[in-house]
Amino acid sequence: MTKRRVVVTGIGMVTPLGLTAADTWSALLDGRSGAGPITHFDTSDFATKFACQVKDFDVSRYMSAKDAKKMDIFIQYGVVAGMEAVADAGLDINDSNRHRIGVMVSSGIGGILGIEENHTKLMNSGPRRVSPFFVPASITNMLSGQLSMHYGITGPTLAIVTACTSGVHNIGQAARMIAYGDADTMLAGGAEKASTELGIAGFNAARALSTRNDDPQAASRPWDTDRDGFVLGDGAGVVVLEEYEQAKRRGARIYAELSGFGMSSDAYHMTLPPEDGRGAAAAMRNALNDAGVNPQQVGYINAHGTSTGAGDIAETQAIKAVFGDDAYQVPVSSTKSMTGHLLGAAGAIEAIFSIQALFDQKIPPTINLDNPAPGCDLDYVPHTARDLAFDMSLCNSFGFGGTNGSLLFSRLKGN
Amino acid sequence: MSTIEERVKKIIVEQLGVKEEEVKPEASFENDLGADSLDTVELVMALEEEFETEIPDEEAEKIRTVQAAIDYVTAHSEE
Repeated sequence: MTKRRVVVTGIGMVTPLGLTAADTWSALLDGRSGAGPITHFDTSDFATKFACQVKDFDVSRYMSAKDAKKMDIFIQYGVVAGMEAVADAGLDINDSNRHRIGVMVSSGIGGILGIEENHTKLMNSGPRRVSPFFVPASITNMLSGQLSMHYGITGPTLAIVTACTSGVHNIGQAARMIAYGDADTMLAGGAEKASTELGIAGFNAARALSTRNDDPQAASRPWDTDRDGFVLGDGAGVVVLEEYEQAKRRGARIYAELSGFGMSSDAYHMTLPPEDGRGAAAAMRNALNDAGVNPQQVGYINAHGTSTGAGDIAETQAIKAVFGDDAYQVPVSSTKSMTGHLLGAAGAIEAIFSIQALFDQKIPPTINLDNPAPGCDLDYVPHTARDLAFDMSLCNSFGFGGTNGSLLFSRLKGN
Repeated sequence: MSTIEERVKKIIVEQLGVKEEEVKPEASFENDLGADSLDTVELVMALEEEFETEIPDEEAEKIRTVQAAIDYVTAHSEE
């Protein structure tokens, strides 16, 4: 069976840097940080008192109050990003094609805010005060369900939940479904809103978060010697993937081809990667093999780069293992230095950054990288964005549970 | 001080996202005001909170129109 080619024709984002893909991308190229103090709950007792939160998100601009209250905030972010992506793709969803369109947009954590709020009601006022919408507004696959209902999409709706690799896995598997023929068009990505009391407390307890409370904007500093954990980020990213011939036929603007997808597992530890990053390396190799390309053809790597002690080293080792001597030539940046870590949405927004980088021929920087840590000696594009003529970008995500994914995007010439 | 009728209507407007003029006494939550069964459950919970009363499930199932809600609250209100 010949694999059908898959291209990206629409993008949408809600991030700590902006409420659209364009605003986010422009802030990213400017090297801006989305971090700031948490103000929606009292952080006095919390080790971490800041996050990269979405700003000025007024849900009433996008949907009725009645619809909004049936969605956890992560679902609202995802639906809004999905609406932007569909509009951006100029996709006409009608009776002739709705059964050939699917949705795979999920979250790493799901509706943790709704769980907290309803648990509080349960404790304070008893079971009769728990909302009838608690379950359907909180479950992780409801984001795919809401997008399906909003557009009357009747193809497959799934939601892969693989912690911080969710976004990449959803996009990669959605592309496979198009390649295999289950659908011609897929909305794929991820959304997250975990900067809640329970979320921050949990990640703090796991010693995963930065506690640089005196300078939140300098806290996410991948590969820097003073890094002390990741910064939690909120938001969503959704792409529209289409079968290549269909996209060409309808004259869609094609951002890039999704030419490779690779997965692997560490089989090592719940939250830590092996020091040599062998699982990460396997995911990258599998993506390159899927596309049938050599490491030398890759012009940019959007790293997982979370700003954690172990993760940053492991990914650097993995890149060296896959790229050999060429590892020092390829620009590698972590946009998490600006957006924070959006967990299940991270791979989605970072796939979009990888696509925008290809399309605009611009590499976003890694900010706050003042003094690279020992062993972190690649070209991490410190501080400032860079113009670069290149043809392929690789996007990495690695999640708790030792689950890895890499996506390879290629520039489509002559489109 | 608002009347029971005004308070009930206000809750219906808020919960179901409808316009005040649509909330006529004979209006059915599901047929006229666009509510589904879960919306109706939540509406009854909001009435319980507003009027500090507990509406048993078998009674709640009978509250399907604006007038039925007003009648129930009026009959069970201590005011």
